[in-house]
Amino acid sequence: MPRLEKRPRPSLAWAMAAPVLAVVATMIAGGLLFAALGKPPIGAIRTIFWEPLFSEFAWYYRPQLLIKAAPLVLIAIGLSLGFRAGVWNIGAEGQYIIGAIFGAGVALAFYPADFWFIFPLMILAAVAGGILWAMIPALLRVRFGTNEILVSLMLVYVAEHILSSVSFGLLRNPEGHGFPGSRNLQHYPPASNPELWAGTGIHWGVIAAVIAVIAAYILLNRHILGYQIRLIGQAPRAARFAGVRPNLLIIACMGISGGLAGVAGLFEVSGPMGQISVDFNQGLGFTAIIVAFLGRLHPGGILLAGFLLALTSVGGEIAQSSLGLPAASIKAFQGMLLFFILATDMLSNYRIRTGGRGAA
Amino acid sequence: MTAPPETPETPPAAANGAPVLLTVDGLTKTYPGVLANDHVSFSIAEGEIHALLGENGAGKSTLVKMIYGLVRPDSGAMTLRGHPFAPSEPRAARAAGVAMVFQHFSLFDALNVAENVALGMENPPGRGALAGRIREMSENYGLPLDPHALVGNLSAGERQRVEIIRCLLQEPKLLIMDEPTSVLTPQETAILFATLRTLSAEGVAILYISHKLEEIRTLCDGATILRQGKVAATCDPRGKSARELAEMMVGQALHVPARTGREAGPVALALRDLNLSPATPFGTALKALCLEVRAGEVLGIGGVAGNGQDELLSALSGESTTAPDAVVVNGAPVGHLGPNARRRLAVLATPEERLGHAAAPDMSLTENALMTAAIRCNLTDRGFLNRPAAEEFARRIIAAFDVRTPGAGNPARSLSGGNLQKFVVGREILQAPDVLVVNQPTWGVDAAAAAAIRQALLDLAANGAAVVVISQDLDELMTISDRFAALNEGRLSAPRPTRELSIDEIGLMLGGAHDMEVAHAEA
Repeated sequence: MPRLEKRPRPSLAWAMAAPVLAVVATMIAGGLLFAALGKPPIGAIRTIFWEPLFSEFAWYYRPQLLIKAAPLVLIAIGLSLGFRAGVWNIGAEGQYIIGAIFGAGVALAFYPADFWFIFPLMILAAVAGGILWAMIPALLRVRFGTNEILVSLMLVYVAEHILSSVSFGLLRNPEGHGFPGSRNLQHYPPASNPELWAGTGIHWGVIAAVIAVIAAYILLNRHILGYQIRLIGQAPRAARFAGVRPNLLIIACMGISGGLAGVAGLFEVSGPMGQISVDFNQGLGFTAIIVAFLGRLHPGGILLAGFLLALTSVGGEIAQSSLGLPAASIKAFQGMLLFFILATDMLSNYRIRTGGRGAA
Repeated sequence: MTAPPETPETPPAAANGAPVLLTVDGLTKTYPGVLANDHVSFSIAEGEIHALLGENGAGKSTLVKMIYGLVRPDSGAMTLRGHPFAPSEPRAARAAGVAMVFQHFSLFDALNVAENVALGMENPPGRGALAGRIREMSENYGLPLDPHALVGNLSAGERQRVEIIRCLLQEPKLLIMDEPTSVLTPQETAILFATLRTLSAEGVAILYISHKLEEIRTLCDGATILRQGKVAATCDPRGKSARELAEMMVGQALHVPARTGREAGPVALALRDLNLSPATPFGTALKALCLEVRAGEVLGIGGVAGNGQDELLSALSGESTTAPDAVVVNGAPVGHLGPNARRRLAVLATPEERLGHAAAPDMSLTENALMTAAIRCNLTDRGFLNRPAAEEFARRIIAAFDVRTPGAGNPARSLSGGNLQKFVVGREILQAPDVLVVNQPTWGVDAAAAAAIRQALLDLAANGAAVVVISQDLDELMTISDRFAALNEGRLSAPRPTRELSIDEIGLMLGGAHDMEVAHAEA
């Protein structure tokens, strides 16, 4: 019987190899899944991983990768800080929606005025909206000891109802012939988040994601707050002894992750999506959880993981249209990735031993 | 078990001429990166009380686990009463007549004594019969115990008796006892020793694991001393001094802490009617603690763990806050301040639990140095970490306290207990505290490291700091403390000068609060 044995210290080699191994395992298991669906497994895997980058239409797909990856990275960076501290914000999706509503709300309040400060103000409003939505589970946990996983998750559904309510009511486009959904911010230049350089896919959200990655790296490695986040996650008693106030840290982590999710929502609503609508949210807040863990809660890893997930989404869409793969199978494929990353993660702290020594 | 036993030496003949009960011949056990036992051989005669001595990590636990069937040796062989003995699991060892009392008890608080005993037996007799046998055993061996008492209400000594009686009911030929007196008061220890001598007279052999050398000298007929997995010496401990035994254990001359005469200064730390309710349901409330500690003084607080030691440390470190004037430092009330505010006032502490409380296991020594020293050593600048300064400070600790580690970048959990303890105590001492509180500073630490830590605490006091040492180790407190107080069930006795105290008086101080508790209940 193979057994697991704890390593005296974590293996750096395995820590680096685990994500690669997880991707390979996902390709194999995913290939089996596609074969079971009656699709060519190798062709499907190739479509997902190869076509967006190197096919003749790559000029179209490559910018798409940046556009897809930016919000994932932005949200995942925020989540990773909390996850490291043992604060489980599962409701980034809700904070993303509320951030978008707040940001779009500011824009629509000024419509059709033209001031330079509208876009910055939208960003502030979106951050505030995300923080507000994250403070509900945070304060309930601090004050009453509720479970932030459940509360933040349930607030996603509340946020979705608010989204459909404002799409039909408060924010509905008065010139939209009664259709639900707000004005399209892409047509309102002071509030829009366009592609900054044509053909690159780079908008303000992409730049914000890069800044977030760098800031998170500095925070975790060079700042006392990041140190405290790591300390409380690894050794809560030691953190208290070191003078960390756990409640403040919970609020800080929830606030940062909520704020980043909110601003991610704003860059989406003012850019690629363009408007508040009933189907504005597409589960990015949940996919970002995969991104955070696939990136091993490390800022650089999250950047890479964000691209990988963007690749599977863009490639998955191509596979859906060209091979007729069902959309759910792409979701399952991404789920496998999380499953395998969590499984291989263990190899950095444990080694597998075979042999009958000490069988009991 | 495929390797043949290597060059079996003739086991030494039993000292008292009784037939040999157990021989251990060339046992070897390797764990990844560690040779835990390297051709260990010794023997025990029937009725012999044999000590197994060694520092932490010397291989004592591995050896007894092999005898008790918990671990299988890589090579080597054992015989029990002349028959080959290779237990594949504890049940087989028990069936062959080997019983073991572990350092940590496995008892259910919510069940009574008889029910707990029955749970550990292969074929428990009926309830009434069992209670009768427990009573009979406890009378025969002088182990007072009521079969119907709830285990949750028993003292540590009484819980140990439950474990011992559970073993005795199997009528063992060999009884293994792992650090049995670490939780006992001197009086309870005396009762235990009488029991062990009775057993020995009946022919039961006892393998006695301990690091308390004086005990071994009074109790044991023979001793095997392990060092780095090998048998370093076999001797009759009655003919050796405690110091000689310690040096055989360590393999080098041992440093004895030296106290320099000094005069106590003004009161540095005062507790005034300190009350604290426990943070967890299993904690102990602190009840009206009063105490004064002067600059330049070492105050020892004795008592069995679980009587409020952790709570006292957290009330002094600032992890638990109290009424402001319940804790007074240099005349200023600090009871309401958190850990960092107290560090600014030069009040530092080292908790008992090294991994997870005093240090973060997976963080490097540099980051662990940062943990408590950020404020006093200016290791941060407007919130940003000054890593070079933190690493420099970690290196200073490593150098000053002889911490054995490849470097400051190694994680805390890669250090041995003694080295990590030197690191966490050194971290506080190098911050020049006015008041230092340490909880179990040498618990599970090898003799050489323990001596170094004790000397460092004495030096700190000699330089004018007030030092509070909370410890279960009475020998330690007798060696280093100027005054001694006992903590029992959350109450603190009045401190008395250590020099005037005998070990019996200390025992009474430790038991004293029991009587007070009864008196309170009746009042």
